[in-house]
Amino acid sequence: MAKDDNSGKDLTAADSSTVGHEGAPAGTAVVVRDAVANPGFPPHRPRVTDLDPSAERQAERTVYTLFYLSIVGSVFAIVAYMVFPIIPEDPGSVRLNNLFIGLGLTLALMAIGIGAVHWGKALMFDHEGIDERHPVRGTDETRTRAVEIFHEANVESGIGRRSLIRNSLIGALIAFPLPAVVLFRGLGPMDTNPSALLSHTMWKAGTRLAIDPTGTPIKASDVTLGSAFHVIPEGLQDLEHGKLEEKGKAAVLLMRLKPEDLNELPERKGWSYDGIVAYSKICTHVGCPVALYEQQTHNLLCPCHQSQFDVTNHCEVIFGPAKRPLPQLPIAVDSEGYLIAQSDFTEPVGPSFWERH
Amino acid sequence: MTTFNTPKQPRGRKAGRRSPLASVALIAIGLLFTGGAYAAFSTSTASAETNATSQQTVGEGQKLFAANCATCHGLAAQGSGSGPSLIGVGAAAVDFQVGTGRMPMQMNGPQAQKKKVQFTEEQIASLAAYVASLAPGPGKPDASLLDAEGNAANGAELFRINCAMCHNVAGAGGALTAGKYAPNLKGVTEAHIYEAMVTGPQSMPVFNDMNISPESKRDIITYLKYLEKTPSPGGLALGSLGPVSEGLFLWIFGLGSIVALTVWITAKSN
Repeated sequence: MAKDDNSGKDLTAADSSTVGHEGAPAGTAVVVRDAVANPGFPPHRPRVTDLDPSAERQAERTVYTLFYLSIVGSVFAIVAYMVFPIIPEDPGSVRLNNLFIGLGLTLALMAIGIGAVHWGKALMFDHEGIDERHPVRGTDETRTRAVEIFHEANVESGIGRRSLIRNSLIGALIAFPLPAVVLFRGLGPMDTNPSALLSHTMWKAGTRLAIDPTGTPIKASDVTLGSAFHVIPEGLQDLEHGKLEEKGKAAVLLMRLKPEDLNELPERKGWSYDGIVAYSKICTHVGCPVALYEQQTHNLLCPCHQSQFDVTNHCEVIFGPAKRPLPQLPIAVDSEGYLIAQSDFTEPVGPSFWERH
Repeated sequence: MTTFNTPKQPRGRKAGRRSPLASVALIAIGLLFTGGAYAAFSTSTASAETNATSQQTVGEGQKLFAANCATCHGLAAQGSGSGPSLIGVGAAAVDFQVGTGRMPMQMNGPQAQKKKVQFTEEQIASLAAYVASLAPGPGKPDASLLDAEGNAANGAELFRINCAMCHNVAGAGGALTAGKYAPNLKGVTEAHIYEAMVTGPQSMPVFNDMNISPESKRDIITYLKYLEKTPSPGGLALGSLGPVSEGLFLWIFGLGSIVALTVWITAKSN
């Protein structure tokens, strides 16, 4: 049988129960005295293909047929690519294209794999054997020689003797990654404090509430009882840059409840308008959009991790992993009847970050 | 009339004498004539006619309501501990709830479930007419908004913003809190989709015409119908449930075949 040249043994020579235990230095490890003895290999059992030449020929045929099938699969995949092209405007063509190319490639690769395994299992020699690991420690001779080489290298290069060269090289090696550090720093926020960016949104006193995605401002009279509006600050849709970043912080859900259903804190009495309340849509857990509003129970459900917020009680958490209530946007009505923000959110929206827990 | 002039009795009956049946027949003819003339004449005053029939429909609806709905919703639809008031919900709400079989409710539960429709079209129309007669409310949508010929791309964007968080981006539905759920939208008729948006049945919020304009609602319906018509380009959609069904499929068939192959590779050949 094929084996590497260090310590591979045939089964007959294997006596693994004693290997490695003799001569081990006494340490603190507990030596198990009644360890289960290695039962060794089961007796070798010849395969059908070893005994029956016709079975062997059959197995050979199977293997080369599989390899030929693989060629057929590869050709099929190429042909399928040409016969079933992807036609723009026709999603159905993508399906056929993917299906037949995939079938061809599957046949090509699976047939090689199955053929190779079958070859190995049925036809290649199957004597059981043991390959022992190399001992990790080198011989004393090798170790001495290694020390000698280090010593010679030191003497020949003069790295120990020529301290100026050595030290300047160490300095150069320390300095060369520094430009990368500086350049990568430039990718991060530079002129603003990131926690200030996270703490403020596009909402300002007087910003009108607008419908996502059109940006149409919302009148208080438009918001009928039981309604839920998905809201962006007016002007967001016209932003040239950073539209999604701003939307990611400023998205708001606007709901109208019966005013008597709301249990408002005294200091937040003026934050709603006739039962209309606006809350941040960004979950305080990990920032998913919380918008599954149930108009009968007034629960808001986050679809990612099932946090539930009670809109009647300032969106306090009633279930799930979120730790804080959703921030409320204080709203009012301007002279034309449009809903406006009284101010930005009074706390950072969304999940915790390093300066908000 | 021919009986008067039968040749068998020409002399027995003189011109002055008529059979007693003659006056009855005459009256019948007269009545028929006036009735026909009135019918022909009254087509020109169609509105009066419609009012009369709708009054009749409302009455019929009231009877149906008293027999089938009043237990929970109250005899005057004012609501009770077991059912909300229906004053002002409009014909759209009735057409949706009864037309999809949700009402009458089969049993108490987290929410009324879709089931076999319990009333005929006319009965639903009468019920709707009765409830609509109580107070103004959203009516049934115009057929021009239900043709599913709008802008599917716009509808898809609006659907993703307003609907997808509950109903799933492919409209396959999803779970809500405490056993409630947003139903699958496949196979729901255009009118029922529209009415659900307008009325906000059960847990669903209301999406009135100021929030999503009627044309945009038409676009949303177009998108949902497009999804129904168009085969999934990715092959088997597995209910379009996303990671739930796809993960389960991979777990069983993907890992299953890997395990099977591993067993085969490591098993000894016989």
